[in-house]
Amino acid sequence: MTTEVATKAALMIEDLRVAIEGKEILHGVDLAVRKGEVHALMGPNGSGKSTLASTLMGHPRYEITGGRVLLNGEDLAELSADERAKKGLFLAFQYPVAVPGVTMVNFLRLAVNGVRGQDVPVAQFRKQLLETMKLLSMDESFARRYVNEGFSGGEKKRAEILQMALLKPQVAVLDETDSGLDIDALKIVANGVNRLLGPDLGVLVITHYQRLLNYIQPHFVHVMVDGRIVRSGGSELALELEAEGYDGIAGKNGSGKEQ
Amino acid sequence: MAETMEMAVNLDYEQKWGFSDPEQYVYKAEKGLSPEVVIALSRMKGEPDWMLDFRLKALSIFRAKPLPTWGADLSTIDFDEIYYYLRATERQGDTWEDVPEYIKNTFDRLGIPDAERKFLAGVSAQYESEVVYHSIREDLTKKGVIFLDTDTAFKEHPEFFKEYFGKVVPPADNKFAALNSAVWSGGSFIYVPPGVKVDIPLQAYFRINAKNMGQFERTLIICDEGSFVHYIEGCTAPVYSSDSLHSAVVEIIVKKDARCRYTTIQNWSNNVYNLVTKRTVAYQDAIMEWVDGNLGSKVTMKYPSVYLMEPGARGDILSVAFAGKGQHQDAGGKVVHAAPHTSSTIVSKSISKDGGRTTYRGLLKVYPGCDDVRSNVRCDALLLDEHSRSDTYPYIEIEEERVNIGHEASVSKVGEEQLFYLMSRGLSENEATTMIINGFIEPFTKELPMEYAVELNRLIALQMEGSVG
Ligand SMILES: Nc1ncnc2c1ncn2[C@@H]1O[C@H](COP(=O)(O)OP(=O)(O)O)[C@@H](O)[C@H]1O
Ligand SMILES: [Mg+2]
Repeated sequence: MTTEVATKAALMIEDLRVAIEGKEILHGVDLAVRKGEVHALMGPNGSGKSTLASTLMGHPRYEITGGRVLLNGEDLAELSADERAKKGLFLAFQYPVAVPGVTMVNFLRLAVNGVRGQDVPVAQFRKQLLETMKLLSMDESFARRYVNEGFSGGEKKRAEILQMALLKPQVAVLDETDSGLDIDALKIVANGVNRLLGPDLGVLVITHYQRLLNYIQPHFVHVMVDGRIVRSGGSELALELEAEGYDGIAGKNGSGKEQ
Repeated sequence: MAETMEMAVNLDYEQKWGFSDPEQYVYKAEKGLSPEVVIALSRMKGEPDWMLDFRLKALSIFRAKPLPTWGADLSTIDFDEIYYYLRATERQGDTWEDVPEYIKNTFDRLGIPDAERKFLAGVSAQYESEVVYHSIREDLTKKGVIFLDTDTAFKEHPEFFKEYFGKVVPPADNKFAALNSAVWSGGSFIYVPPGVKVDIPLQAYFRINAKNMGQFERTLIICDEGSFVHYIEGCTAPVYSSDSLHSAVVEIIVKKDARCRYTTIQNWSNNVYNLVTKRTVAYQDAIMEWVDGNLGSKVTMKYPSVYLMEPGARGDILSVAFAGKGQHQDAGGKVVHAAPHTSSTIVSKSISKDGGRTTYRGLLKVYPGCDDVRSNVRCDALLLDEHSRSDTYPYIEIEEERVNIGHEASVSKVGEEQLFYLMSRGLSENEATTMIINGFIEPFTKELPMEYAVELNRLIALQMEGSVG
């Protein structure tokens, strides 16, 4: 059964246990994302969602103490973050860091060349960059600003989606891409993501609000509490959460988990 | 959207700049320093007696002064092993065809004639002790701009030397200024007449070729009232196991309303001691800008300075130092506010890796009675590993109360989160680190003409190669 899914799922997470500085944060997470699917991962603050995201991308401080992660059937454990990116994985960060003095255009150019494994001609790159920025309602001057430096919350999130659009991943993890956005910015960002959806992309949307899911419709919803996925279901689960809160869901799970 | 980043370079110093020509000199002084060496050098140059006297006095000052007890370790310099004067060719060319073939090839490899064609108004190329090639755009000559090697300028325009030579940096200033004064040869002389603005840069390139060579060029720049010039210097040397010595003196006079920018990209091989004295006096409403990049050498001690002599004068010093394995960059800047209503900034960025050592050493001095002085000093150090070291000595001497002085310093490491972020976008660890460094020194790079910014980023990428992973 597991093997069958593994061959189909672009991202396969099996009984994943993760520790930071010796303390286990994820206590056995299972999740499979196929291409063409949108999964939502919901859960209260501190439940381990970002830990999962960072682990998937290969953050050196997060130690896998059990289980495994497969991307298109390949175990990621030994791969560095850049190698994962080259294999088609993308993470939109909850808190993108600033890199002072490095312009967006220089950064994006190197990123695109790195991920594609070849030098994209400058003219072609510029064209793509300007078009994509336009779709995200970003001014051209944005390209000359320093990476995430002095960006507003909304600008940071848009910049993450801009990167996703240019890098064309097969699996994208979006960590709280809705947080800190007003409704207009949220629509722009959601719109940007929706444009990228299609049969070649699997998406894991991490959020602790139902709000984003009004704009990006998930096929599946998972609920994480204390480092475990306690419920999985269809998009209706998000509404249930909205009505009952995490406590309600987690409570129900107490019996459900033993099944 | 300027593309100033070029990182996929796969050259090392040895290959690109570290090659050498066989030694074939028309004159090579005997090893070591003596009055005889100085006299022979001065006679060969056909100098008047006053210059020979100046040299001999400087020599005795050099001998009397102890090595500095602060700064980098200089105890390993063996002054007796150095050749103080080497002449590779009889005459100077004003076309590259006039330059001996093998020397021309050297400068070709260094890209000088190419740069000259593309983006320079004048070029000077010094090989060992003498300038072997010199050119300046004709229209600048017509406007009265003088750009010559210092020896020729001394012959043709002695009046400037009587007035200014050795006045901004007297031989007794420090041991190495004395040494340079005793055996100086080559360097650049620039005079820009009142109101003339030299719109594109003049460049000098200094090449050491021989083993155990001492290069002692002497540069004198006079910007007359309301004029402007941007002078750029670059340098390289072959990689040898024995040490060479480069000890220059640069004197600059910036008169009322004039502006001078002096840019250095120092890329000596790691067997060169680079001990340089650079100083400017700036008069009313004049501006002096030092843009000083130090990447190469074994040891560098260099603190470009500005003396603000009259109201309205401004001095800006911007420096970058990169120290890798076995290197010590002891650099910084010095500003002396000797008049009220003067302003200055010092910005220093340093990077240390593989056990390399950077030191920021700066002096800010405000004399009594100099009110309305504004100055801002900022030094940032970036450490790439635990074996490397950075120290900061920001001396501030202020003898006036009505001043506005700011000082900030920081030491940081390449952040794990920054690296992870960049690597998650497909950059290798090396590319990501290089990008963070290029960003760190961007306040410096953005002041360089495009071609030099590209070159600087390339040099940094080169320094980074092989260090990670
Ligand atoms: N770098 C870290 N160092 C130590 N503890 C961490 C680190 N990152 C996360 N944690 C801890 O792991 C738990 C899960 O955090 P996180 O994954 O950020 O949750 P979420 O994204 O769901 O809000 C929290 O208890 C948090 O304090
Ligand atoms: Mg989080």
